[in-house]
Amino acid sequence: MQLAAAATQTSTGEAVQFWILGTVAVLGALGTVLMKKSVHSALSLAGTMIVLAIFYLAQGAYFLGIVQIVVYTGAIMMLFLFVVMLVGITAADSLKETLKGQRWLAAACGLGFGILLIAGIGNASLDTFAGTGQANSAGNVPGLARLIFTKYVWSFEITGALLITAAIGAMVLTHRERTERRSTQRELSEARVREGVHVAPLPAPGTYARHNAVDVPALLPDGSIAEKSVFGTLRGRGQIRDVSADALERLAALEQRSEEWLERDPDRVEPVRLAQGPGGDRAGREERTERESGREHESERAEEGAK
Amino acid sequence: MNPANYLYLSALLFTIGAAGVLIRRNAIVVFMCVELMLNACNLAFVTFSRLHGNLDGQVIAFFTMVVAAAEVVVGLAIIVSIFRSRHSASVDDANLMKL
Repeated sequence: MQLAAAATQTSTGEAVQFWILGTVAVLGALGTVLMKKSVHSALSLAGTMIVLAIFYLAQGAYFLGIVQIVVYTGAIMMLFLFVVMLVGITAADSLKETLKGQRWLAAACGLGFGILLIAGIGNASLDTFAGTGQANSAGNVPGLARLIFTKYVWSFEITGALLITAAIGAMVLTHRERTERRSTQRELSEARVREGVHVAPLPAPGTYARHNAVDVPALLPDGSIAEKSVFGTLRGRGQIRDVSADALERLAALEQRSEEWLERDPDRVEPVRLAQGPGGDRAGREERTERESGREHESERAEEGAK
Repeated sequence: MNPANYLYLSALLFTIGAAGVLIRRNAIVVFMCVELMLNACNLAFVTFSRLHGNLDGQVIAFFTMVVAAAEVVVGLAIIVSIFRSRHSASVDDANLMKL
């Protein structure tokens, strides 16, 4: 960056950088507004902030560029992601309009505001610029420090008060007083036995050491899935990965092979069905009723044949 | 290219952020749009600093960042406490003070 007092053009490299990264920044901003899930919005916003940090660096604001990356994309966006995680699955935006036509009016207002703003900048005479070369001659950080601790020292001290207030405010707002005594492990287990619904621990997810992901439910002895082995949030999202078909196929193949090896007639002998585990779930029960009804049909057919 | 183009970009980002605040209902996304507006202002400040050849604009942008950080902390704490009591992060559901 030259020190000329009346430069009118930046270098070509900076222009190329501006047009490419500026597009990225605008796309990120649009993504922040238009993405349906708040996590995607947060990631788009992080992209825009990184681009802005590069712009700060390109304009000679070296300290601000680094602070932008460290504070904004590093701390603030992570805070956002934490809150998105806390607020969880119900954070999806409602598409119901409480005010009629509010969206279109808001978009029109935004468009008008943007036109006003850009027209205002267009009317200003900004043909020449001084550049930060002179101001940064003693280094960017010493220059900033000189200003902060002389001209802006009062604002700087007020900033300290603001930060302390914010920290205390956050603690006060998120603190929750426990109004009742925490129940002990013994009381919890006694309550569990008294209810008698699930005395034993819930089954763990994963299947026969082939799948140990938390979204793969355990299989019951008859090959159906145990829905209770997948924890509630995944069940609520419907993110259960059912691998029972594969296991059932392999079980059938195994039974057939063993029957061939034992030289039994597969049509005659009913394969030995293992006992249903306690707390067998809905899918298992449905399958069982299907099998039983199938067997009834078969016996009816046999009776008709005998007649 | 003239550095004034950074000002146009900053105006565009500010406008997108403002429209997002009006359009979106999810309090967290509304908050992100406010952050986007603050960042657009910072870009304008840094560009002004370059146009004028002094560092005052950068100092102001630095203070903006500090205020933004404090604002995010308090705002997210409010969102979390509203979510705890109302089980919703929608700005339409926080209407207790409505007549």
